Amino acid sequence: MRISLASVLVDDQDKALRFYTEVLGFQERHNVPIGEHRWITVVSPEAPDGTELVLEPDEHPAVKPFKNALVADGIPFTSFAVDDVHAEYERLRGLGVRFTQEPTDMGPVTTAVLDDTCGNLIQISHAGVARS
Amino acid sequence: MRPGQVAIDRQGAACLTLARVVDVFKALADPTRRTILDELTDRNGQTLFELCGRLLTKHGLRSSRQAISQHIDVLEAAGLVETTREGRYKFHYINTTPLEPIAERWIKRPGRESR
Repeated sequence: MRISLASVLVDDQDKALRFYTEVLGFQERHNVPIGEHRWITVVSPEAPDGTELVLEPDEHPAVKPFKNALVADGIPFTSFAVDDVHAEYERLRGLGVRFTQEPTDMGPVTTAVLDDTCGNLIQISHAGVARS
Repeated sequence: MRPGQVAIDRQGAACLTLARVVDVFKALADPTRRTILDELTDRNGQTLFELCGRLLTKHGLRSSRQAISQHIDVLEAAGLVETTREGRYKFHYINTTPLEPIAERWIKRPGRESR
């Protein structure tokens, strides 16, 4: 068994596609109209055949209270691996990304938390000492 | 105003101050709460998520998020932590003002320096 898809629940698919590709740097893999929404997935350019991230509409009534409660407490529901959290933090801040947690040494990992502008907090992390 | 009123009001104010000081000592009596203040001194303005992460990874404190949240409530009641909402996020800040009466009572006494 392998993990093929993971989802983030976004408030606007177009905005999400722009943020996840143009800002975070992922690549569009699927973009298929389904009803009033689309089936959109993105992949990492470092692993184009790897796990796809689905940009899923968040219109189910249970989703917004869930997302708001997580964001209020600063909890990222999704995490991405980077080579160097500090370098990525600087790069993304230069693109205007809002962080709720600056790069922090958390023992075995270094982490930071950013706002994806679509109602989610995302953690970026690297294990141990930065590789770059 | 009756003649005794001012004295009574002063006494009332003193009682309130005393109650606050008791809250401060109670809040500081717990090692987890002192660690929360240490971490907010390291970086002021943290989300609950960051505080929990720091307590776990830097101090091995495996308290639940709910337990940490309750500790923060005690610190807030004593005025040592302030929580502000910035947009959709909540950040926690240390406030050392309630510690000042302690310094004034024992540390900053006139004549202490002359010893």
